[in-house]
Amino acid sequence: MSRLLTVENVSSGYGLTPVLRGVSMHVDTGEVVAVVGANGVGKSTLLRTITGLVHPTGGDITFDGVHITGLPAHRIVSHGLAMVPEGGRLFTFMTVMENLELGAFNPTSREDTQQSLHEVMELFPILRERRAQRAGSLSGGERQMCAIARALMSRPRMLMLDEPSLGLSPVMLEKVFDLIRMVVASRDVTVLLIEQNVADALEMANRAYVIEHGVIAKTGPGAEMLHDPDIQRAYMGL
Amino acid sequence: MDILNILVVGLLLGGIYGLVSIGLNLIFGVIRIVNFAHGELVMLGMYGAYLAYATLGLDPYIAVLLVVPALFVVGIIVHRLVLQPLHAESNMQIFATFGLLIILQNAVLAITRGEGFSVPSKVAGFTFGVGDIRVTVSRLVIFLALTATAIALHLFLKRTLIGKSIRAVTQDRQAARLMGINVERTFTITFGIGSALAGLAGVLLSPIYTLSPGIGGNFILAAFAVVVLGGLGSVAGAYFGGMIVGLVEAFAGFYIDPELKQAIWFLIFLVVLIVRPTGLFGQVGAEEVGFREQN
Ligand SMILES: Nc1ncnc2c1ncn2[C@@H]1O[C@H](COP(=O)(O)OP(=O)(O)OP(=O)(O)O)[C@@H](O)[C@H]1O
Ligand SMILES: [Mg+2]
Repeated sequence: MSRLLTVENVSSGYGLTPVLRGVSMHVDTGEVVAVVGANGVGKSTLLRTITGLVHPTGGDITFDGVHITGLPAHRIVSHGLAMVPEGGRLFTFMTVMENLELGAFNPTSREDTQQSLHEVMELFPILRERRAQRAGSLSGGERQMCAIARALMSRPRMLMLDEPSLGLSPVMLEKVFDLIRMVVASRDVTVLLIEQNVADALEMANRAYVIEHGVIAKTGPGAEMLHDPDIQRAYMGL
Repeated sequence: MDILNILVVGLLLGGIYGLVSIGLNLIFGVIRIVNFAHGELVMLGMYGAYLAYATLGLDPYIAVLLVVPALFVVGIIVHRLVLQPLHAESNMQIFATFGLLIILQNAVLAITRGEGFSVPSKVAGFTFGVGDIRVTVSRLVIFLALTATAIALHLFLKRTLIGKSIRAVTQDRQAARLMGINVERTFTITFGIGSALAGLAGVLLSPIYTLSPGIGGNFILAAFAVVVLGGLGSVAGAYFGGMIVGLVEAFAGFYIDPELKQAIWFLIFLVVLIVRPTGLFGQVGAEEVGFREQN
């Protein structure tokens, strides 16, 4: 397996408040990697730093052999790195179709817009039905699907999902996880997943990292961590 | 003067307000900057028309082709040099536009030494009539230009990918960045378009008014009333908002007192803010977008 994403000793934060304090991790091609941790420890900040929405104060980020540290966010997408932000962050006043089109805005994927549209609608048939509807009027589950589909429109090599289960009912949550599995299987994308639903995330992930206080506290294969008593106690309420 | 006549006068006046507002509203809707210097950009458009006449002998309706692109460039430069460096402090941007207002007025005053120019046009002063109603070409042109501009801008924002990216930036800057949209460049282009529209208004107004450096102030209060009435960032809002303000002013001027027009703008302002804060055509909820975590 080849190394796709390497995060080396990365520090980052907002203004004078440091959030990440020397995080090192990696994702190999074809893996599903989960990042778990309590509220406010910096999981979202890690993804935002990788995508360039937040600029790191130290360390180095390499994606597919390219140093992307400090590149502006709009340039990073073109390298094949897409993120579904927390809550989906759809353009709620625009239609589903417009959201999807914008997903392919970056110059490397723009030419393939029609092809990508066709593919994501095969993957999520409900979006075809809803294409003329305002994204703001979608149900929670549909919204999450639309957000994932929008990210896929950029034809990413790696998809980063920030709490895709946020605010979903248990049934819907299962469905969204199934969809992520389906995406992994059918689209040949590598996935970096952040989750509060630690059990589900670990079950799906090849490997996982636990963040505590801005550093990686633990790492290992998903299945192993699923049965780690410390993790069960701290994050799964067992 | 009968009602039909007042109606026409009001609509044509609305055309002026709408045309001055449309760029202001675009800039506000997308960049969330209240551009106090918008009236001065209109003023620059008027002086641009004068310059084209004085140096090249051009009729303002031809000078449009030069002045509008020139104001687009002015807008781009202003945004790059003045506003972009202040992007982290939106209040400072507002102060900066106020500073720009003062600088532009005084620069023009210094250059022209306050001489009141007028811009002649072969066609602008021509009037024609249907029954009792008399219409001046210059005002009709403004009305038609506003209508065409509003339709074109609407289609641009709705149909083209660049237009969609502008709307995306309006709604969620961070998500827009994740799509690969260069938010800073979008702001600059939008400011350029807004300035070009101010320039268009200025050129088309130049045959009607005697030019003075402070003339932008004549339109800008009404333009703010239009923006609030029609809805922040809405193209249709600027169009119909302009019409409504024009009509109210015309009717109130006839039946009550023309001196009251500013009071009437503010009354409209207040009523709208109380009854429907998003304006007539504003996206409900859109006013909150600007306050959400942005960057
Ligand atoms: N835009 C911001 N400005 C300032 N501080 C922020 C900002 N965003 C997040 N923070 C702070 O940074 C810390 C880490 O936030 P982050 O969103 O990364 O946490 P998280 O692990 O994703 O939490 P959750 O599970 O609740 O989503 C928190 O203390 C948060 O308050
Ligand atoms: Mg988070």
